[in-house]
Amino acid sequence: MRWLLCALALASGGCATTNPDPRDPLEGWNRGVYSFNDKVDGWVLRPVATGYTKVLPNEVRDRVRNFFANIADPMIGVNNLLQGKFEDGFFDWVRFGFNSTFGLFGLHDIASDMGYEKHNEDWGQTFGRWGAGTGPYVVLPLLGSSSVRDGIGTGFDFLTDPMAGLRRAEVRWGLWGVRVIQVRSDLLDVSQLLEEAALDKYVFQRDAYFQRRRSLIYDGQPPRERDVDTIPPGESK
Amino acid sequence: MLAAALALGSARAQELMPPDVLVKQVTLEVVDLIARDKEIRGGNRAKLIGLINEKVLPHFNFVAMSALAMGQSWNKASPEQKKRVTEEFKTLLVRTYASALASYSDQKFDFRPLRAKPTDTDVVVHVRVLQPGTQPVPIDYSMEKTPSGWKVYDVMVGGVSLVANYRTEFNNLVRESGVDGLIKNLSAKNRALDGAGADRKS
Repeated sequence: MRWLLCALALASGGCATTNPDPRDPLEGWNRGVYSFNDKVDGWVLRPVATGYTKVLPNEVRDRVRNFFANIADPMIGVNNLLQGKFEDGFFDWVRFGFNSTFGLFGLHDIASDMGYEKHNEDWGQTFGRWGAGTGPYVVLPLLGSSSVRDGIGTGFDFLTDPMAGLRRAEVRWGLWGVRVIQVRSDLLDVSQLLEEAALDKYVFQRDAYFQRRRSLIYDGQPPRERDVDTIPPGESK
Repeated sequence: MLAAALALGSARAQELMPPDVLVKQVTLEVVDLIARDKEIRGGNRAKLIGLINEKVLPHFNFVAMSALAMGQSWNKASPEQKKRVTEEFKTLLVRTYASALASYSDQKFDFRPLRAKPTDTDVVVHVRVLQPGTQPVPIDYSMEKTPSGWKVYDVMVGGVSLVANYRTEFNNLVRESGVDGLIKNLSAKNRALDGAGADRKS
Protein backbone atom coordinates (compact mmCIF):
# COMPACT_ATOMS: atom_id res chain seq x y z
CA MET A 1 0.00 0.00 0.00
CA ARG A 2 2.81 2.34 0.90
CA TRP A 3 4.34 2.20 -2.55
CA LEU A 4 1.03 2.96 -4.12
CA LEU A 5 1.01 6.14 -2.09
CA CYS A 6 4.60 6.70 -3.10
CA ALA A 7 3.63 6.37 -6.73
CA LEU A 8 0.94 8.98 -6.20
CA ALA A 9 3.38 11.18 -4.35
CA LEU A 10 5.79 11.09 -7.27
CA ALA A 11 4.15 14.05 -8.90
CA SER A 12 4.79 16.11 -5.80
CA GLY A 13 8.50 15.37 -5.79
CA GLY A 14 9.11 11.81 -4.70
CA CYS A 15 8.48 9.95 -1.53
CA ALA A 16 10.42 9.67 1.70
CA THR A 17 10.71 6.03 2.57
CA THR A 18 10.92 4.99 6.18
CA ASN A 19 13.95 2.76 5.72
CA PRO A 20 16.24 4.38 3.17
CA ASP A 21 18.82 2.08 1.61
CA PRO A 22 22.06 3.77 0.56
CA ARG A 23 22.07 1.77 -2.68
CA ASP A 24 18.57 2.93 -3.55
CA PRO A 25 18.24 6.72 -3.24
CA LEU A 26 15.50 6.71 -5.89
CA GLU A 27 13.33 4.25 -3.98
CA GLY A 28 10.15 6.33 -4.22
CA TRP A 29 10.43 6.61 -8.00
CA ASN A 30 11.57 2.99 -8.36
CA ARG A 31 8.62 1.66 -6.40
CA GLY A 32 6.30 3.55 -8.71
CA VAL A 33 7.88 2.02 -11.81
CA TYR A 34 7.95 -1.37 -10.07
CA SER A 35 4.24 -1.39 -9.43
CA PHE A 36 3.62 -0.22 -13.01
CA ASN A 37 5.76 -3.09 -14.34
CA ASP A 38 4.01 -5.51 -12.03
CA LYS A 39 0.63 -4.50 -13.46
CA VAL A 40 1.77 -4.76 -17.08
CA ASP A 41 3.24 -8.16 -16.24
CA GLY A 42 0.08 -9.38 -14.55
CA TRP A 43 -2.18 -8.14 -17.33
CA VAL A 44 -0.15 -8.95 -20.44
CA LEU A 45 3.20 -10.66 -20.14
CA ARG A 46 2.47 -13.36 -17.57
CA PRO A 47 -0.79 -14.54 -19.18
CA VAL A 48 0.88 -14.66 -22.61
CA ALA A 49 3.91 -16.51 -21.23
CA THR A 50 1.64 -18.93 -19.35
CA GLY A 51 -0.32 -19.59 -22.53
CA TYR A 52 2.95 -20.10 -24.41
CA THR A 53 4.03 -22.85 -21.98
CA LYS A 54 0.58 -24.46 -22.09
CA VAL A 55 0.24 -24.49 -25.88
CA LEU A 56 3.76 -25.44 -26.91
CA PRO A 57 5.35 -28.71 -25.79
CA ASN A 58 8.60 -28.66 -23.86
CA GLU A 59 10.48 -29.90 -26.89
CA VAL A 60 9.50 -26.88 -28.99
CA ARG A 61 10.23 -24.40 -26.21
CA ASP A 62 13.70 -25.92 -25.82
CA ARG A 63 14.35 -25.29 -29.53
CA VAL A 64 13.23 -21.66 -29.22
CA ARG A 65 15.37 -21.10 -26.11
CA ASN A 66 18.37 -22.68 -27.82
CA PHE A 67 17.94 -20.59 -30.95
CA PHE A 68 18.04 -17.29 -29.08
CA ALA A 69 20.79 -18.54 -26.76
CA ASN A 70 22.89 -19.42 -29.81
CA ILE A 71 22.67 -16.09 -31.59
CA ALA A 72 23.66 -14.41 -28.32
CA ASP A 73 26.85 -16.46 -27.93
CA PRO A 74 29.12 -14.39 -30.24
CA MET A 75 28.51 -11.20 -28.19
CA ILE A 76 28.95 -13.18 -24.97
CA GLY A 77 32.30 -14.19 -26.44
CA VAL A 78 33.19 -10.57 -27.24
CA ASN A 79 32.35 -9.56 -23.68
CA ASN A 80 34.50 -12.38 -22.32
CA LEU A 81 37.40 -11.20 -24.50
CA LEU A 82 36.89 -7.62 -23.29
CA GLN A 83 37.09 -8.93 -19.74
CA GLY A 84 40.37 -10.67 -20.49
CA LYS A 85 38.87 -14.16 -20.34
CA PHE A 86 40.29 -15.28 -23.69
CA GLU A 87 39.69 -18.98 -23.25
CA ASP A 88 36.02 -18.50 -22.28
CA GLY A 89 35.55 -16.07 -25.16
CA PHE A 90 37.14 -18.46 -27.63
CA PHE A 91 34.88 -21.30 -26.55
CA ASP A 92 31.78 -19.09 -26.85
CA TRP A 93 32.66 -18.83 -30.55
CA VAL A 94 33.34 -22.55 -30.73
CA ARG A 95 29.87 -23.08 -29.26
CA PHE A 96 28.37 -20.77 -31.86
CA GLY A 97 30.20 -22.63 -34.63
CA PHE A 98 29.11 -26.09 -33.55
CA ASN A 99 25.54 -25.17 -32.66
CA SER A 100 24.93 -23.14 -35.83
CA THR A 101 26.04 -26.01 -38.06
CA PHE A 102 25.70 -29.43 -36.46
CA GLY A 103 23.08 -28.05 -34.07
CA LEU A 104 20.89 -26.97 -37.01
CA PHE A 105 20.94 -23.16 -36.81
CA GLY A 106 21.25 -23.31 -33.04
CA LEU A 107 18.07 -25.25 -32.44
CA HIS A 108 20.09 -27.89 -30.59
CA ASP A 109 22.66 -27.03 -27.95
CA ILE A 110 25.03 -29.83 -28.85
CA ALA A 111 28.01 -27.82 -27.59
CA SER A 112 26.77 -28.15 -24.00
CA ASP A 113 26.50 -31.90 -24.48
CA MET A 114 30.10 -31.87 -25.70
CA GLY A 115 31.16 -30.11 -22.52
CA TYR A 116 31.43 -26.52 -23.79
CA GLU A 117 29.31 -24.77 -21.20
CA LYS A 118 27.23 -21.71 -21.90
CA HIS A 119 28.37 -18.52 -20.21
CA ASN A 120 26.42 -15.56 -18.91
CA GLU A 121 27.99 -12.24 -19.92
CA ASP A 122 26.74 -8.81 -20.90
CA TRP A 123 28.06 -5.25 -21.13
CA GLY A 124 27.06 -4.40 -17.57
CA GLN A 125 29.24 -7.25 -16.32
CA THR A 126 32.11 -6.10 -18.55
CA PHE A 127 31.90 -2.59 -17.08
CA GLY A 128 31.83 -4.18 -13.62
CA ARG A 129 34.93 -6.20 -14.41
CA TRP A 130 36.65 -3.02 -15.53
CA GLY A 131 35.99 -1.63 -12.07
CA ALA A 132 32.77 0.37 -12.51
CA GLY A 133 30.55 0.36 -9.42
CA THR A 134 26.86 -0.35 -9.80
CA GLY A 135 25.68 3.17 -9.02
CA PRO A 136 22.16 3.58 -7.61
CA TYR A 137 19.50 0.92 -8.12
CA VAL A 138 17.13 1.72 -10.98
CA VAL A 139 13.90 -0.01 -11.93
CA LEU A 140 13.54 0.46 -15.68
CA PRO A 141 10.07 0.66 -17.24
CA LEU A 142 9.17 -2.79 -18.65
CA LEU A 143 12.74 -4.08 -18.24
CA GLY A 144 12.74 -4.19 -14.44
CA SER A 145 15.64 -4.35 -11.98
CA SER A 146 18.79 -2.58 -13.04
CA SER A 147 21.38 -0.10 -11.87
CA VAL A 148 22.93 2.94 -13.50
CA ARG A 149 25.87 0.83 -14.68
CA ASP A 150 23.77 -2.12 -15.82
CA GLY A 151 21.20 0.16 -17.43
CA ILE A 152 23.94 1.66 -19.62
CA GLY A 153 25.11 -1.92 -20.21
CA THR A 154 21.63 -2.89 -21.34
CA GLY A 155 21.73 -0.02 -23.85
CA PHE A 156 24.96 -1.45 -25.29
CA ASP A 157 23.39 -4.93 -25.28
CA PHE A 158 20.59 -3.62 -27.47
CA LEU A 159 22.96 -1.85 -29.85
CA THR A 160 25.07 -5.00 -30.26
CA ASP A 161 22.13 -7.39 -30.42
CA PRO A 162 22.39 -9.43 -33.62
CA MET A 163 18.69 -8.92 -34.25
CA ALA A 164 19.12 -5.13 -34.20
CA GLY A 165 20.86 -5.50 -37.57
CA LEU A 166 17.82 -7.04 -39.26
CA ARG A 167 16.61 -4.62 -41.87
CA ARG A 168 12.97 -5.68 -41.96
CA ALA A 169 11.29 -4.16 -38.94
CA GLU A 170 8.48 -6.70 -38.72
CA VAL A 171 10.98 -9.58 -38.59
CA ARG A 172 13.08 -7.78 -36.00
CA TRP A 173 10.16 -6.95 -33.72
CA GLY A 174 8.64 -10.38 -34.22
CA LEU A 175 11.81 -12.10 -33.07
CA TRP A 176 12.20 -9.71 -30.16
CA GLY A 177 8.62 -10.42 -29.14
CA VAL A 178 9.10 -14.18 -29.20
CA ARG A 179 12.29 -13.84 -27.20
CA VAL A 180 10.59 -11.74 -24.54
CA ILE A 181 7.81 -14.33 -24.20
CA GLN A 182 10.33 -17.17 -24.08
CA VAL A 183 12.42 -15.45 -21.40
CA ARG A 184 9.34 -14.61 -19.33
CA SER A 185 8.03 -18.18 -19.61
CA ASP A 186 11.31 -19.46 -18.17
CA LEU A 187 10.82 -17.11 -15.22
CA LEU A 188 7.28 -18.18 -14.35
CA ASP A 189 8.45 -20.47 -11.57
CA VAL A 190 10.90 -17.90 -10.25
CA SER A 191 8.31 -15.15 -10.10
CA GLN A 192 5.94 -17.50 -8.31
CA LEU A 193 8.71 -18.23 -5.78
CA LEU A 194 9.23 -14.51 -5.29
CA GLU A 195 5.53 -14.06 -4.53
CA GLU A 196 5.69 -16.78 -1.91
CA ALA A 197 9.06 -16.08 -0.33
CA ALA A 198 9.14 -12.30 -0.02
CA LEU A 199 7.61 -10.19 2.72
CA ASP A 200 8.19 -7.09 0.61
CA LYS A 201 8.63 -8.13 -3.02
CA TYR A 202 10.32 -4.87 -3.99
CA VAL A 203 13.03 -5.15 -1.33
CA PHE A 204 13.50 -8.88 -1.88
CA GLN A 205 13.95 -8.47 -5.61
CA ARG A 206 16.28 -5.51 -5.24
CA ASP A 207 18.58 -7.33 -2.83
CA ALA A 208 18.54 -10.45 -4.98
CA TYR A 209 19.45 -8.32 -8.00
CA PHE A 210 22.55 -6.87 -6.33
CA GLN A 211 23.63 -10.29 -5.07
CA ARG A 212 23.05 -11.92 -8.45
CA ARG A 213 24.90 -9.29 -10.46
CA ARG A 214 27.85 -9.36 -8.09
CA SER A 215 28.01 -13.12 -8.39
CA LEU A 216 27.86 -12.94 -12.19
CA ILE A 217 30.65 -10.37 -12.41
CA TYR A 218 32.90 -12.70 -10.43
CA ASP A 219 31.62 -15.69 -12.46
CA GLY A 220 30.05 -17.33 -9.44
CA GLN A 221 33.04 -16.88 -7.15
CA PRO A 222 32.74 -13.50 -5.47
CA PRO A 223 35.07 -12.72 -2.59
CA ARG A 224 33.56 -12.69 0.87
CA GLU A 225 31.41 -9.64 1.46
CA ARG A 226 33.75 -7.93 3.93
CA ASP A 227 36.66 -8.19 1.49
CA VAL A 228 34.78 -6.51 -1.30
CA ASP A 229 36.39 -3.11 -0.78
CA THR A 230 39.92 -4.46 -0.74
CA ILE A 231 39.83 -6.83 -3.71
CA PRO A 232 39.15 -5.27 -7.10
CA PRO A 233 37.23 -7.41 -9.58
CA GLY A 234 39.40 -9.64 -11.70
CA GLU A 235 42.02 -10.22 -9.03
CA SER A 236 39.93 -12.66 -7.05
CA LYS A 237 41.04 -15.78 -8.91
CA MET B 1 35.17 -48.42 7.86
CA LEU B 2 32.03 -49.74 6.21
CA ALA B 3 31.61 -52.43 8.83
CA ALA B 4 32.03 -49.87 11.57
CA ALA B 5 29.38 -47.62 10.04
CA LEU B 6 26.97 -50.52 9.78
CA ALA B 7 27.65 -51.55 13.35
CA LEU B 8 26.82 -48.07 14.60
CA GLY B 9 23.46 -48.12 12.93
CA SER B 10 22.10 -45.88 10.21
CA ALA B 11 21.46 -42.82 12.38
CA ARG B 12 25.03 -42.75 13.56
CA ALA B 13 26.30 -43.38 10.04
CA GLN B 14 24.51 -40.30 8.80
CA GLU B 15 26.27 -38.16 11.38
CA LEU B 16 29.61 -39.35 10.10
CA MET B 17 28.67 -38.77 6.49
CA PRO B 18 30.78 -36.12 4.76
CA PRO B 19 28.75 -33.01 3.82
CA ASP B 20 29.03 -33.44 0.04
CA VAL B 21 27.93 -37.07 0.23
CA LEU B 22 25.04 -36.06 2.47
CA VAL B 23 23.84 -33.38 0.03
CA LYS B 24 24.07 -35.75 -2.91
CA GLN B 25 22.26 -38.56 -1.13
CA VAL B 26 19.43 -36.41 0.22
CA THR B 27 18.97 -34.60 -3.12
CA LEU B 28 18.79 -37.79 -5.16
CA GLU B 29 16.56 -39.50 -2.62
CA VAL B 30 14.06 -36.63 -2.52
CA VAL B 31 13.99 -36.22 -6.30
CA ASP B 32 13.48 -39.95 -6.70
CA LEU B 33 10.67 -40.05 -4.12
CA ILE B 34 8.90 -37.20 -5.91
CA ALA B 35 9.30 -38.83 -9.31
CA ARG B 36 7.66 -42.00 -7.99
CA ASP B 37 4.80 -40.25 -6.17
CA LYS B 38 1.80 -39.56 -8.39
CA GLU B 39 0.04 -37.44 -5.77
CA ILE B 40 2.98 -35.08 -5.29
CA ARG B 41 3.49 -34.74 -9.02
CA GLY B 42 -0.22 -34.06 -9.31
CA GLY B 43 0.20 -31.05 -7.03
CA ASN B 44 -0.43 -32.40 -3.52
CA ARG B 45 1.47 -29.68 -1.66
CA ALA B 46 0.76 -31.00 1.84
CA LYS B 47 2.30 -34.34 1.00
CA LEU B 48 5.36 -32.67 -0.55
CA ILE B 49 5.84 -30.57 2.58
CA GLY B 50 5.54 -33.73 4.66
CA LEU B 51 8.28 -35.32 2.58
CA ILE B 52 10.52 -32.27 3.05
CA ASN B 53 9.87 -32.26 6.80
CA GLU B 54 10.91 -35.87 7.03
CA LYS B 55 13.86 -36.01 4.64
CA VAL B 56 15.34 -32.52 4.37
CA LEU B 57 14.56 -30.63 7.56
CA PRO B 58 16.77 -32.69 9.88
CA HIS B 59 19.79 -31.46 7.92
CA PHE B 60 19.05 -27.75 8.33
CA ASN B 61 19.92 -25.49 11.25
CA PHE B 62 17.02 -23.03 11.30
CA VAL B 63 18.19 -21.23 14.44
CA ALA B 64 21.44 -20.33 12.68
CA MET B 65 19.53 -19.31 9.54
CA SER B 66 17.21 -17.06 11.52
CA ALA B 67 20.12 -15.51 13.40
CA LEU B 68 21.95 -14.79 10.14
CA ALA B 69 18.84 -13.38 8.49
CA MET B 70 18.19 -11.06 11.43
CA GLY B 71 21.82 -9.97 11.72
CA GLN B 72 22.30 -7.45 14.51
CA SER B 73 18.63 -7.55 15.45
CA TRP B 74 19.04 -11.14 16.66
CA ASN B 75 20.73 -9.96 19.83
CA LYS B 76 17.82 -7.64 20.62
CA ALA B 77 15.36 -10.53 20.67
CA SER B 78 14.36 -12.42 23.81
CA PRO B 79 14.71 -16.23 23.86
CA GLU B 80 10.95 -16.54 23.36
CA GLN B 81 11.04 -14.14 20.39
CA LYS B 82 13.96 -16.03 18.87
CA LYS B 83 11.95 -19.22 19.09
CA ARG B 84 8.93 -17.64 17.39
CA VAL B 85 11.01 -16.09 14.60
CA THR B 86 12.76 -19.41 13.97
CA GLU B 87 9.44 -21.27 13.85
CA GLU B 88 7.80 -18.85 11.43
CA PHE B 89 10.88 -18.47 9.24
CA LYS B 90 11.16 -22.25 9.04
CA THR B 91 7.56 -22.54 7.84
CA LEU B 92 8.19 -19.90 5.19
CA LEU B 93 11.42 -21.50 3.96
CA VAL B 94 9.94 -25.00 3.81
CA ARG B 95 7.07 -23.72 1.71
CA THR B 96 9.42 -21.87 -0.63
CA TYR B 97 11.54 -24.99 -0.90
CA ALA B 98 8.44 -27.02 -1.73
CA SER B 99 7.57 -24.63 -4.57
CA ALA B 100 11.11 -24.83 -5.91
CA LEU B 101 10.97 -28.63 -5.84
CA ALA B 102 7.53 -28.69 -7.44
CA SER B 103 8.92 -26.83 -10.45
CA TYR B 104 11.74 -29.34 -10.87
CA SER B 105 11.44 -31.17 -14.17
CA ASP B 106 14.12 -33.77 -14.80
CA GLN B 107 17.08 -31.40 -14.94
CA LYS B 108 20.43 -33.08 -14.37
CA PHE B 109 22.54 -32.44 -11.27
CA ASP B 110 26.26 -31.98 -11.25
CA PHE B 111 27.61 -32.65 -7.74
CA ARG B 112 30.96 -30.92 -7.46
CA PRO B 113 33.78 -32.50 -5.45
CA LEU B 114 34.25 -30.90 -2.04
CA ARG B 115 37.26 -28.63 -1.76
CA ALA B 116 37.95 -28.72 1.97
CA LYS B 117 40.38 -30.09 4.48
CA PRO B 118 39.24 -33.06 6.63
CA THR B 119 39.60 -30.82 9.69
CA ASP B 120 37.28 -28.09 8.35
CA THR B 121 34.06 -27.56 10.28
CA ASP B 122 32.52 -24.96 7.94
CA VAL B 123 32.32 -25.80 4.24
CA VAL B 124 30.41 -24.95 1.07
CA VAL B 125 29.01 -27.84 -0.98
CA HIS B 126 28.56 -26.94 -4.65
CA VAL B 127 25.83 -28.47 -6.78
CA ARG B 128 24.84 -27.32 -10.26
CA VAL B 129 21.58 -27.81 -12.09
CA LEU B 130 22.18 -28.36 -15.80
CA GLN B 131 19.81 -27.35 -18.56
CA PRO B 132 20.64 -27.04 -22.26
CA GLY B 133 20.56 -23.51 -23.67
CA THR B 134 21.18 -21.85 -20.31
CA GLN B 135 24.12 -21.42 -18.02
CA PRO B 136 24.13 -24.08 -15.27
CA VAL B 137 22.44 -22.81 -12.10
CA PRO B 138 24.73 -23.16 -9.09
CA ILE B 139 23.22 -24.16 -5.75
CA ASP B 140 25.70 -23.75 -2.91
CA TYR B 141 25.01 -25.13 0.55
CA SER B 142 26.88 -23.53 3.44
CA MET B 143 27.26 -26.24 6.06
CA GLU B 144 28.58 -26.45 9.57
CA LYS B 145 29.72 -29.51 11.50
CA THR B 146 27.69 -30.09 14.67
CA PRO B 147 27.59 -32.97 17.15
CA SER B 148 24.50 -34.30 15.34
CA GLY B 149 26.01 -34.19 11.85
CA TRP B 150 26.56 -31.57 9.17
CA LYS B 151 23.84 -28.91 9.05
CA VAL B 152 22.96 -26.43 6.32
CA TYR B 153 22.81 -22.80 7.51
CA ASP B 154 22.53 -21.02 4.15
CA VAL B 155 21.60 -21.85 0.57
CA MET B 156 22.83 -19.78 -2.36
CA VAL B 157 20.93 -20.12 -5.62
CA GLY B 158 22.57 -18.52 -8.64
CA GLY B 159 24.78 -16.50 -6.31
CA VAL B 160 21.89 -15.20 -4.22
CA SER B 161 22.18 -16.07 -0.54
CA LEU B 162 18.79 -16.82 0.94
CA VAL B 163 19.55 -15.64 4.48
CA ALA B 164 21.36 -12.52 3.29
CA ASN B 165 18.42 -11.70 1.06
CA TYR B 166 16.05 -11.63 4.01
CA ARG B 167 18.34 -9.40 6.08
CA THR B 168 17.15 -6.03 4.74
CA GLU B 169 13.49 -7.01 5.03
CA PHE B 170 13.92 -8.34 8.56
CA ASN B 171 15.89 -5.32 9.73
CA ASN B 172 13.39 -2.90 8.14
CA LEU B 173 10.55 -4.58 10.03
CA VAL B 174 12.45 -4.67 13.31
CA ARG B 175 13.29 -0.98 12.95
CA GLU B 176 9.66 -0.13 12.17
CA SER B 177 7.86 -2.22 14.77
CA GLY B 178 10.33 -4.26 16.79
CA VAL B 179 10.97 -7.99 16.80
CA ASP B 180 7.28 -8.58 17.53
CA GLY B 181 6.45 -6.70 14.34
CA LEU B 182 8.70 -9.07 12.41
CA ILE B 183 7.03 -12.11 14.01
CA LYS B 184 3.61 -10.69 13.22
CA ASN B 185 4.57 -10.09 9.60
CA LEU B 186 6.07 -13.54 9.14
CA SER B 187 3.06 -15.33 10.61
CA ALA B 188 0.66 -13.17 8.56
CA LYS B 189 2.62 -14.13 5.43
CA ASN B 190 2.44 -17.82 6.36
CA ARG B 191 -1.27 -17.65 7.07
CA ALA B 192 -1.95 -15.84 3.79
CA LEU B 193 -0.12 -18.60 1.95
CA ASP B 194 -2.10 -21.21 3.85
CA GLY B 195 -5.26 -19.47 2.72
CA ALA B 196 -4.09 -19.38 -0.89
CA GLY B 197 -3.99 -23.17 -0.59
CA ALA B 198 -3.51 -25.39 -3.56
CA ASP B 199 -4.66 -23.08 -6.34
CA ARG B 200 -1.23 -22.22 -7.49
CA LYS B 201 -1.18 -19.40 -9.96
CA SER B 202 1.84 -18.87 -12.13
